[in-house]
Amino acid sequence: MSFFDGLRFRRVTSPIHNLDPRIKFVYACIIFVIAILFWELLPLIVLFIIQIPFVVVAGVKREWARSMKGAVFLASIIFLTNFIYSFINAGYKVTLPSLEYALAMTLRFLVLVESFSIFFLTTSPDHLGLALEQTHVPYEFCFAFTTAVRFVPVLAEEAQTIMDAQKARGLELEKGNFLKRVRNYIPILIPLIVSAIRRSLELAEAMESRAWGAAKKRTNLYVLKLRREDFLFALITIGILAAAIFIRLYFRIPHLEEVLAGFA
Amino acid sequence: MIEVQDVYFTYPSGVEALKGVSLTIQDGEFVAIMGENGAGKTTLVKHFNGLLKPTRGKVLVDGVETTKVSVATLARKVGFVFQNPDHQLFSETVEEEIAFALKNFGFSSDIIEKRVTWALNLLGLAQYRKTSPFMLSGGERKRVALASVLAWDPKILILDEPTIGQDYQQKEKLRQFILQMKAQEKTVVIVTHDVEFVAECNPRVLLMRGGKIVADGEARKVLTSPAVLEQASIVPPQIAQIFIQLSDLGFQKEVIDVYEAREILLKAFGRRKE
Amino acid sequence: MAIIETRNLTYTYPGAAWPAIKDVSIKIEKGEFALITGPSGCGKTTLCRCFNGLIPHFYQGELQGEIMVAGLRVQEHPIYEMATHVGLVFQNPENQLFALSVEKDVAFGLENLGTPREEIRKRVDWALELTGIYELRERTPTELSGGQQQRVAIASVLAMQPEVIVLDEPTSFLDPLGAKKIFEVIYELNRKLGITVVLVEHRLDLTAKYADHIIIMDDGKVVLDGEPHEILNSDQARLIGVGIPKATRLYQILRTDEVKLGGKVPLSSEEMAEKIREALKHL
Repeated sequence: MSFFDGLRFRRVTSPIHNLDPRIKFVYACIIFVIAILFWELLPLIVLFIIQIPFVVVAGVKREWARSMKGAVFLASIIFLTNFIYSFINAGYKVTLPSLEYALAMTLRFLVLVESFSIFFLTTSPDHLGLALEQTHVPYEFCFAFTTAVRFVPVLAEEAQTIMDAQKARGLELEKGNFLKRVRNYIPILIPLIVSAIRRSLELAEAMESRAWGAAKKRTNLYVLKLRREDFLFALITIGILAAAIFIRLYFRIPHLEEVLAGFA
Repeated sequence: MIEVQDVYFTYPSGVEALKGVSLTIQDGEFVAIMGENGAGKTTLVKHFNGLLKPTRGKVLVDGVETTKVSVATLARKVGFVFQNPDHQLFSETVEEEIAFALKNFGFSSDIIEKRVTWALNLLGLAQYRKTSPFMLSGGERKRVALASVLAWDPKILILDEPTIGQDYQQKEKLRQFILQMKAQEKTVVIVTHDVEFVAECNPRVLLMRGGKIVADGEARKVLTSPAVLEQASIVPPQIAQIFIQLSDLGFQKEVIDVYEAREILLKAFGRRKE
Repeated sequence: MAIIETRNLTYTYPGAAWPAIKDVSIKIEKGEFALITGPSGCGKTTLCRCFNGLIPHFYQGELQGEIMVAGLRVQEHPIYEMATHVGLVFQNPENQLFALSVEKDVAFGLENLGTPREEIRKRVDWALELTGIYELRERTPTELSGGQQQRVAIASVLAMQPEVIVLDEPTSFLDPLGAKKIFEVIYELNRKLGITVVLVEHRLDLTAKYADHIIIMDDGKVVLDGEPHEILNSDQARLIGVGIPKATRLYQILRTDEVKLGGKVPLSSEEMAEKIREALKHL
């Protein structure tokens, strides 16, 4: 069930959590753009490091570490393909530039994961739904989104109960050849589907009873308003972007070789 | 016989549902496990047929540790009927639904036929043999679920919240059925918070709270101790409430049955008349 | 004036061979606490669905006879309009909460109605206070117990300030203390705010004492309708298989034994204990 646990958002507050989700989304996108601007290792390392304070302030270190760990597999594939590619290009030789290139590409990916995980880890599905609503995504879609988030853990639990109920009647899921194993899941799928249908009917009834579709223009209990902190965060983001563009245009970024030589 | 020895259980999510539970259920006993939602009742009974294995401690069914055998093997001895019948019904006909477990356990087809007929008759479902279980009413679906477990004649029967959403007559039928099982020396364990139902059945009551057993004894003893009950979010049955309120008049407190109450009151009125 | 009145109401679900309710004529007065009971499948839930227009608007099917709720002919007004007069609370708390926070759920109906934000805020807080869940307002439904979830459901219909609240077996998934709290909350809404309550319930042990009016249904028809003490004391109620409170039952049994306990038949343990105490004094 650990996969579903990840979807169960825990309500925490921190300066980062309280930021407007729209601004946080813009932030994640800008970091992504900057990461694409650079193919040298050094600035990407800087980009990776400057985000860490946000993670610390948000108090999501453990969750963040988990999602970074989750990215390791994909990151190593990216590293290997890039490394092999430049290895072949360099005439079957391991060179420092080819190593740097592979590392940079990998880090670019990690920066991307880092920024978006900051966004997702600190934005409640609730806020996300609200942000969707206020960016004029049709309400039906937003409602479907939040309801899905609400019911995924419920359905997961129900699937577990159904599995238990059938196991208690002697069903052995892991028994038999491949086809038999697929068939073993029928006694689980049918009750799950039937109960999902029943549930959706009950939900529809409850929605109707709470004046669903009454007014053409719905109102909302919450409203997202940009506050001073949001502007500050936006300013920081834009600052980082401006600095990045400036460095890209007017500076020559030292390669790994030169950096190492400098140390020597 | 079920033996639970100092069992702790923690769900993968980190919730500690059982915190040191020990108990023994003898063959032929009728036990009601009560307590508020989330007290660990269902978690505990899921250990009896191996659906859950203890994080610490041991559960033994007829001397065999549940970690050593599969759920399917244990299920032959321990029948478990879940709270919501819709979590298990999937067949096209009631007959096939009842045969499902028998097929899983590898019974021969003529025995399956016999057992299905037996179970259908036992629960008064014979006329629905070829009906789809989904066409039946809630109470009937509950009976099909029960029949589908009884069919293999397990010696221990666990019923999780059997009275939820049932009306008075359905409950009365269920009570008669349990008494019948008891007469056949079956072990019956029910998980419930229906005090009035338990008061009418008078089983051994295990009261749970926060993953621990806080009281264990005859229903008439446990259900008449308001202090203990309140810990477990249970309200005493109505007859008990009357006698608790009258305790200052020297009435005995441990009364849960209407007819027993009548005897006591008749005596009280009679004695005063004399 | 009756706030709910039906005359010869008969309804058949689409595709069903028989009507689910037949010839139902009842009157529920403004401010009453009415209890509807009867065996499973007797048509209680179907009748509730008529009160806010789920029948016929959502379920379609064939509705005959007259039904007036809060002065409106249900057939002629959409559900969302009826919803502002009649709040429906269902059996399973899990399936009537859609939002990811308690207060958002409570606001749902008002948002749908397009109520201004400040007004929503006010009414949400009011409803949360009345149901005793103000502290839980920022929780997600999955973090709540069944009893708390059901109180959220009550708060969320309450926020729309209906004249009537209809609850269809609201406590069958709850533990006894959780159930008791729900009944106390709705009893208070009834007494303090004068909201008409229609409660559908099997367990009369827990609820009979709150009621001013009991309606017993069987097989789609109303078989008994009147004042609780009278209704529950009738032999007919017992024969239909309604679970009569044990205190009432004890009183009846003692009566056949010629032990006369004065006054009205008791519906709760308190009433019964009091009667016994009185009778013993006068011996």
